[in-house]
Amino acid sequence: MKLRELFREGRFVVTSEVGPPKGTDVTEMLANAELLRPWVDGLNITDQQSSVMRLGSLAAAHLLKERGIEPIYQLTCRDRNRIALQSDLLSAWALGIENVLCLTGDYVSLGDHPEAKPVFDLDSVSLLATAKRLNEGYDLAGNELVGKPDFCLGAVVTPGANPLEMQLIKMERKIAAGAEFFQTQAIYEPEKFARFMAEAKELKRPVIAGIILLKSAGMARFMNKNVAGVHVPEPLIEEMERAKDRVAKSIELAARLIREIRPLCQGVHIMPIGWERHVPAVLEEAGLARRR
Amino acid sequence: MLVSERKPLEEILGLLEREGRRRLFILGCNGCAAASGTGGEPEVLELKEELERAGKEVVGWKVLDFLCQKGLIRAGLRPYEKELAAAEAVLAATCGIGVQAVAAVLEEPVYPACNTISLGGVRGEWPGAERCLECGQCFLGLTAGICPLTACTKQLVNGPCGGAKEGRCEFEPDARPCGWELIYERLKKQGRLDLLRKSPPIFKDHAKMQPPKRLRQTTRWAVELEEVARR
Ligand code: SF4
Ligand code: SF4
Repeated sequence: MKLRELFREGRFVVTSEVGPPKGTDVTEMLANAELLRPWVDGLNITDQQSSVMRLGSLAAAHLLKERGIEPIYQLTCRDRNRIALQSDLLSAWALGIENVLCLTGDYVSLGDHPEAKPVFDLDSVSLLATAKRLNEGYDLAGNELVGKPDFCLGAVVTPGANPLEMQLIKMERKIAAGAEFFQTQAIYEPEKFARFMAEAKELKRPVIAGIILLKSAGMARFMNKNVAGVHVPEPLIEEMERAKDRVAKSIELAARLIREIRPLCQGVHIMPIGWERHVPAVLEEAGLARRR
Repeated sequence: MLVSERKPLEEILGLLEREGRRRLFILGCNGCAAASGTGGEPEVLELKEELERAGKEVVGWKVLDFLCQKGLIRAGLRPYEKELAAAEAVLAATCGIGVQAVAAVLEEPVYPACNTISLGGVRGEWPGAERCLECGQCFLGLTAGICPLTACTKQLVNGPCGGAKEGRCEFEPDARPCGWELIYERLKKQGRLDLLRKSPPIFKDHAKMQPPKRLRQTTRWAVELEEVARR
C-alpha cells in the first residue's frame, strides 16, 4: 500500500521506524516491528543510520513486507553510485516495496567506518529524479525498462533549520524532482513548526512531523549541541529533569506535542530510538487509535 | 598548471540567458588559461566576437596576469570601474580557481567560460585552501563563484544536506564552514536565489573528471610516462 493513498483519503498518517541489526539476527528488529504494527500505517527502515554498518534496509524492508507490515524503504546516496541505487530500487519493487524515502545520507566520518569512500554520486534531489525516471519506465541513461516500478516517493525536510529559506528552496526542488510527501527532522517547538508549515503549505505536499521520544534531559542537551536542526527548548528540558518518572514524562511530552501539532500537518513519524515499547502509550495518550 | 577548455558557446549563453544578462565584461588570464589556449588575449577576443554575434554587448575586457591572485585582480581592474559598473555579468575565461578568485573580489555575478579538466602539475596560486577538483563541468555559474565540489564535503551539487549546524559542516565543524551556506548567502546577497530554486536536478558527470584522452596523448605526458616506465 502506498502512503499516497492514505493521504488522498485524508487520513492522519502514523509511522515509526525500526533499525536493522549489526549482524544477521533479526529477532529484535522483527519483535519491535510486531509491537508497533497495530499502531502504525508503515515503518521506516533506516539505511545504516549515522553511517554505522548494518544489515541492509532493502532486506529488512522485504522481511517486514513478508509479514504484512508496510515498509518505507530508506535509501541514501552515501554508499552507492547511480548504478547500484537504480538497481536496488528495481530490486525493491520486485520485492513488493512501494514506499521509498530518498535521502542524501550522513557523511561517513560519523559512523564506525570513517575510512570508507564517501560516494555521493547522487544526492537527495537527483536520487528522487532518478526514482521518478524509473517510475516512468526509463533508467538514467535513457534505456527503456522491461517492467517498471510505481514508487510513492518521500523526502525529508528540517523545519528548524537556519536559514529556513534554504530548506524551503530545497523542498521545492525535491518536489520538482518527484517527492510526493515529506517527513521532518524531530520537532519540539509547535510555534516554530507552525511557522514552517505556513510557508510549506503553499508547496501542497503532505508533511509527516518527526517526533523523537526524549529519554532524558541529558539526551536533549546532547541533541541541542550535536544534531542539526533539532532544538529542545529549555523549559522542556527542565520539565524532564524535574520528573520523578522519566518514562511517564517522556510519554506525556510526546503525546502533548502530537496533540498540539496534529491540526497543522498530515501525519506523525515517531522515532523511538530504543523505546519502541513506549510508542503505543504515546499514541494512545495522543488520541491516535490503533490502526488495526 | 590548471588545464582548462572552453565551455561550448551554447552553454555559456544558456547560463547568461537564464538570468537575463546581456552586458558583459570578459576577463582573461595570462597564466594557465593562456597556456591552455582558453584565456589569453586571442581567445578572449574570439569569445568577445562570438558573444557579440549572439547579440551580447561586451562593455569591456581585460587579460590579467594571474586570475588566481586576488591582489592582482583588484589592482588590474582598478582602471575598469566604469565598465564593470555597466556590466551585468563578468565572464571569466580561466580555470576554476581564477573564477572563484574573481567572484570573491567583485560584486557582480561571475560566470565561468571554461571547464577545468586537469591539474597538469602545480595548482593555481591562491594558497590556503583546495578550491578546484578539475571536474570538467564547472558549476561556478550556478553557485555564485563558490565551488560546490571543494566547498562542500559531500561534493553536493543540488544544495545542502541536512547536516549543517550553525553554518558549520557536519564533518569537522570546527574546521569547515558549510559550503552550501556560503553559496546560499552569496546568491541571496546578489538576489539570485531563483537560480537555485528553479534549477532542474543536476547530475555530476564523473566521466569528465578523468583528464581527457587528448591530454594523455600530448608529448609531455608521453615523455613523463616513458620516464616512469624506464625507472
Ligand atoms: S566546479 Fe569546482 S571543481 Fe569543477 S571546474 Fe569549477 S572550480 Fe573546478
Ligand atoms: S554540511 Fe554543508 S558542506 Fe557539509 S556536507 Fe552538508 S552541505 Fe556539504
